[in-house]
Amino acid sequence: MVFKTLDVLGSLHGYGIARRIEQISGDLLAVNQGTLYPVLLRLEQEGAIASEWGASENNRRARFYRLTREGRKQLQIETQDWEQTAAIIGRFFEAKAEDLS
Amino acid sequence: MKFVRRFLNRLLNLMTGQRAQDERLREEIESHIALQTDENIRAGLSSVEARRQAILKFGGREAIKEDYRAERGLLFIENSLRDVRIALRMLRKTPGFTIAAVLTLAMAIGANAVVFSVLNGLILRPLNVPHAESLYLFERASDKDTSQSYPDYLDLRDRNHSFDGLAAYTITQVAMNTGAGSSLIWGMESSCNYFDALRIQPYLGRFFNLSDDHGPNSAPYIVLSYAYWHSHFHDDLSVVGRTLQLNKHPFTIIGVAPPQFRGTVVFVSPNFFVPMVNHEQVAGTNDLNDRASRWVFMVVGHLKTGVTPAEATADLNSIGSYLEKTYPKDERQAGFSLARPNLLGDQIAPGVQAFIAGLMLLAGLILLAACANLGSLFAARAADRSRELALRLALGASRTRILRGLFTESLLISLVGGALGLWAGVLFLGWLSEWQPFGNFPMHTPVNPDASVYGLALLLSLVSGFLFGAVPVKLVLRTDPYQVIKGGSSAGVGRRRQFSPRWRWPRSIRRSPTSRFLRSPPTFMSVRGMPFDITDLMTSAPNMRS
Repeated sequence: MVFKTLDVLGSLHGYGIARRIEQISGDLLAVNQGTLYPVLLRLEQEGAIASEWGASENNRRARFYRLTREGRKQLQIETQDWEQTAAIIGRFFEAKAEDLS
Repeated sequence: MKFVRRFLNRLLNLMTGQRAQDERLREEIESHIALQTDENIRAGLSSVEARRQAILKFGGREAIKEDYRAERGLLFIENSLRDVRIALRMLRKTPGFTIAAVLTLAMAIGANAVVFSVLNGLILRPLNVPHAESLYLFERASDKDTSQSYPDYLDLRDRNHSFDGLAAYTITQVAMNTGAGSSLIWGMESSCNYFDALRIQPYLGRFFNLSDDHGPNSAPYIVLSYAYWHSHFHDDLSVVGRTLQLNKHPFTIIGVAPPQFRGTVVFVSPNFFVPMVNHEQVAGTNDLNDRASRWVFMVVGHLKTGVTPAEATADLNSIGSYLEKTYPKDERQAGFSLARPNLLGDQIAPGVQAFIAGLMLLAGLILLAACANLGSLFAARAADRSRELALRLALGASRTRILRGLFTESLLISLVGGALGLWAGVLFLGWLSEWQPFGNFPMHTPVNPDASVYGLALLLSLVSGFLFGAVPVKLVLRTDPYQVIKGGSSAGVGRRRQFSPRWRWPRSIRRSPTSRFLRSPPTFMSVRGMPFDITDLMTSAPNMRS
């Protein structure tokens, strides 16, 4: 989700990412926003995202995260993985008894 | 790749700027909450309420900081370092206990290291020659005797099809005169092909070889061992070509053997090598060509590649039956067998092996006994510290963490003890390998420790550390902080218990283990009409991790 958000919106601060995830999910995913930061750190250590200090839209100091080339590659792989998984699960739901006979 | 990069990053974080990283997170949290507050104000909340909502939404700040730190560094290493520091402090507090435990283990592990070195040097380690794995020693099958006569050796050498050259040698003593008076020294008479068959290269000059052999007393050459050249010729490079006298016969020095080559007999480090064909001059007896006189101490050879020891034995036995038939007067029971050359063959090796194996077993038992002793010491120590352990448990330390601390202490003791024992063992072994109990006989006991000895000492240290560290485990797992602290065995806290408070905790809090700790020193909280100060309690409440 973090990847996709950064992919769509480009460079963004932690708060923005958290809000975006909430909005996209239609407020269904309202976890503690703070838990985002350990995840961001982990991704940064893996080299998938990079970060630097900047000024937010209303002139507050904030740390902005952006996707690196490596991160984009990872996003691509995970998108494929997810689509495959979703497709398989989807087929199970679509399958009806008469299909098997 | 991803994993490696992350690991390196974390390692780097561990070593540098923890505080800066903490600061970064703090700033980020501040900025996050500020942004959310702005948003909430825009949505119409009062500024106080907006900030409160923002903080609520962010979640448990301390828990997140913990997670963040766990992601950032390597928690395992950080904790281990902390454990080591604490363990060192605890051990320094009880020097008597520490010294006794370390010395006990040092002795036990030292004994094991010494016995294992002897086992390793005499039995496990092959002779120090190239390709020692294919080197075999010849024995008479009937009595495991290694000696042969010189004519027999020649027949074996020339008639076999299984070996890449056979080397024969015997230990001998001669009167050597280098010009400054003569002295008796020990050395080796060896067949002319000795160095070629063993694939040894000279350190200086050349070695004698088969082309020097023109019959009895035809090769008056001498090769010095490196040690003898070093001690008696002072590393003189011009020594090659010089003549000295052996039993008043002139011999020419033609070379010096390499430093690590100490002949092919365990326990003996010969000072020189002379060709066997000059036996009459060197030994003063005329039995070089006497088939009945078995004075050649040993015959060894490298098996040709692809030949098994069984095939080689069959080959030798066919030579044996030829010898029996051709020389019925001198040869009876000329069957042969092969043995490992390390320990003078099968004549004495089995006895020595059994003896050393017994010693090893004994040393192992000593170590076990030491571990049992230390285990009970550690258990007693843990029992003495039961209040400390109970307090830590009551404050929320996990039992795993407490056990880790105890194991760190026991491992520290065992590692220090092991190092000390090994050091003493190495000193002893150094003395043993230079041991010269028989006058000028160049005794050499190859028991210097090598990597396998150090490895064994480390392994034993670790195993014994875990072994005696494991004794108090049950005690810790069983410790019920409630009972221990209520029992009040320690004098200091016992006195405090006499101070009976007039107020009582609410029932729910009275039940929680933490309260047992809070209750003893009433000064912890300010009592002002209320049974306890609620705000204080809030700050000390543990974070509920989501």
